[in-house]
Amino acid sequence: MTPQIAALVNGPKTREAVDAFMAANTFPIVSGSSCTFVWRGDAEAVHLKHWVFGLPSSQQLQRVEGTDVWHLTLQLPEGSRVEYKLEIVRNGHGEWIQDPLNQYRARDPFGANSVAHSTGYAVPSWVHPDPTAAKGHVDEIWIDSNTFGRRGFGLYIPARFRRSRTYPVLVVHDGHDYMRYASLTTILDNLIDRLEIADAIVVLTSSPDRLKEYADDERHAKFLTEELVPYVQRLLPISDAPQNRCLMGASFGAVASLSTAYRYPGVYGRLLLQSGSFAFTDIGDRNPRGPRFDPIVAMINRYRAEPTVVSEKVFVSVGMYESLIYENRSLVPVLMSTGMDVRYVEARDGHNWENWRDRLRDGLSWLLPGPFLHVYE
Amino acid sequence: VPAPRTIALLGPQGATPDVGAVVRELGIKGPIALVSAGYQERESDDAELVAALGVPAVNLTLHARGKHVFKHAPEFTAAYQARQQRLRHMQGFYRTRLDGTEDAARKISLRYVEPELLEQEEKVSVDQFRHMDNDHVERCQAVRAAFDRAWSPDNIEPLAKHRREVRELMATTDALVISGGHVASLLNRLQLFDVLGNVGAKPIIAWSAGAMVLTDRVVLFHDYPPYGSDIAQVLDAGFGLVPGFVVLPDARRRINLDAQAGIQRFARRMAPATCVAMDHGARLIFEDGAVRSARATRLTTTGEAERDWAGEPTRFSTPYLHGIHV
Repeated sequence: MTPQIAALVNGPKTREAVDAFMAANTFPIVSGSSCTFVWRGDAEAVHLKHWVFGLPSSQQLQRVEGTDVWHLTLQLPEGSRVEYKLEIVRNGHGEWIQDPLNQYRARDPFGANSVAHSTGYAVPSWVHPDPTAAKGHVDEIWIDSNTFGRRGFGLYIPARFRRSRTYPVLVVHDGHDYMRYASLTTILDNLIDRLEIADAIVVLTSSPDRLKEYADDERHAKFLTEELVPYVQRLLPISDAPQNRCLMGASFGAVASLSTAYRYPGVYGRLLLQSGSFAFTDIGDRNPRGPRFDPIVAMINRYRAEPTVVSEKVFVSVGMYESLIYENRSLVPVLMSTGMDVRYVEARDGHNWENWRDRLRDGLSWLLPGPFLHVYE
Repeated sequence: VPAPRTIALLGPQGATPDVGAVVRELGIKGPIALVSAGYQERESDDAELVAALGVPAVNLTLHARGKHVFKHAPEFTAAYQARQQRLRHMQGFYRTRLDGTEDAARKISLRYVEPELLEQEEKVSVDQFRHMDNDHVERCQAVRAAFDRAWSPDNIEPLAKHRREVRELMATTDALVISGGHVASLLNRLQLFDVLGNVGAKPIIAWSAGAMVLTDRVVLFHDYPPYGSDIAQVLDAGFGLVPGFVVLPDARRRINLDAQAGIQRFARRMAPATCVAMDHGARLIFEDGAVRSARATRLTTTGEAERDWAGEPTRFSTPYLHGIHV
């Protein structure tokens, strides 16, 4: 029990004492490796709901007897970032809410979660808008695809773009979600301005049926390689050197990136794979993740049986608190065995957009480095 | 290229430039030939820089001249770009080899054997780095030499015209000042327009990247790259006007000066050159090829960052490297 809760338990249970406790602390209470979640109010039960693989996903908060304060302490290793909600049970029904005592939120396509930062975690400075950084802009473009019909995509053009130059191209799966939930355009602006990543044209793709199209669907690989990238190349001065072509994605988007490079070896020299849904089986073809994963299992099993060079440099990141850690850890030595240059990063985080956001500097600066190493002013 | 009588290498200028003080100390009245091509597109934003010099200056606009050449000499440009692409690939392959040697050195250093053997193996690792560095510089020079044989600047317009103009401009000046910026870009533009072939015995003042290109070996370094860690790498040969020195600008931000083992290996790798870390306010003044005065941090082969180094000659206390005379 944290000292603050202990003081409340052992002290007077007056309203004034509880008010003083609430006013004196910020929540959750983080001290060393312990993180204490607190909720105040009347309920039959309160549960912490989180997505940390390896811990029970629902844990009950205890009520401080004689008060309306509920608490639960978890041990969170240094540098952890945990997304969660609170379930408030009243009249037998549970309602999931964001933690009203915690200002930190992370948004995603399903809404928003509260976020607990353990000791040692700080939101990176480069994810916030920097007023001194030159800003790129995003255009929305349409392509009439033979494969998928009419499709929209975003096109990030870096600040100080000039037609006389040639640019690398970065194709981002779920690109609009990366913009909305992982601050992608702000990060591109900042890292380009700091010379940490190259000035790049960024293609932001989104799919209306990503669970199918991203799951090793040959149509998707064909669309990207034979239609979308050549189309962008007709619009803008992008390099056709593999070293200057990067595919990126998270979860199923990482699968789509690997699958496309696998189907078109030698075209994409850089891959950024975040929390890839790289499900596989060591025997048989049944996997516990459901039929959506069947084509992925078939692809990864095939690749594990006969690993080949699909790119030059591959950056893989994954959260330690997500179930896919096993699949990603297993893929890395397979990729390395081919001789590709592979860099692998684990973070104390989950399967979420802010984990992917926080790894972008590591990955992009390694795959598409800017001139920081060459500039001495 | 005959060495100019006086060469001053400075640290980064930042918000409070000290280049004007050096101009005055050297008695330069101007006009000065200014090279700010390292700033690339910002080359012509030189008003503050010229003011800091305190004497009239004429910007040689090498970056803009380069763009003009590349726009109007398409065959030359294609060959030039192919050369640069080849050099970039070679840099990447050399870099990959450095990583391999670094990994091997680390693995060996962890073995449970007598310390004397590990010390000897560390020397072998340093020798391997030295071999790769030397080989890389030779190969880069070979690529440049082959290009120069194939493309005589006198036969390429508008390159020949720009070289004439640069020569004529420099003839009207008393000194050459080279700013920092993108070191590869600076190296290439200075070569393309043969600036140092025209400087004669006039004094040169250069800082940061400008100082790096005047040495005989340009070394890229950063202990804190955004992707975590990196190993120093030789970019190419410099112009060799200040031989025997490796200049490391902006050291406070880029070098872990407390990492004794890292400094030791780096200094041994670069020996017998003297490795000099230069922050704002640092300076190295050379007179007729010898250090006249210095205010900088020297990285020693024993792993120290000697912060009050005033230009004493570097001596090596142990004969641990092949080919190094002590």
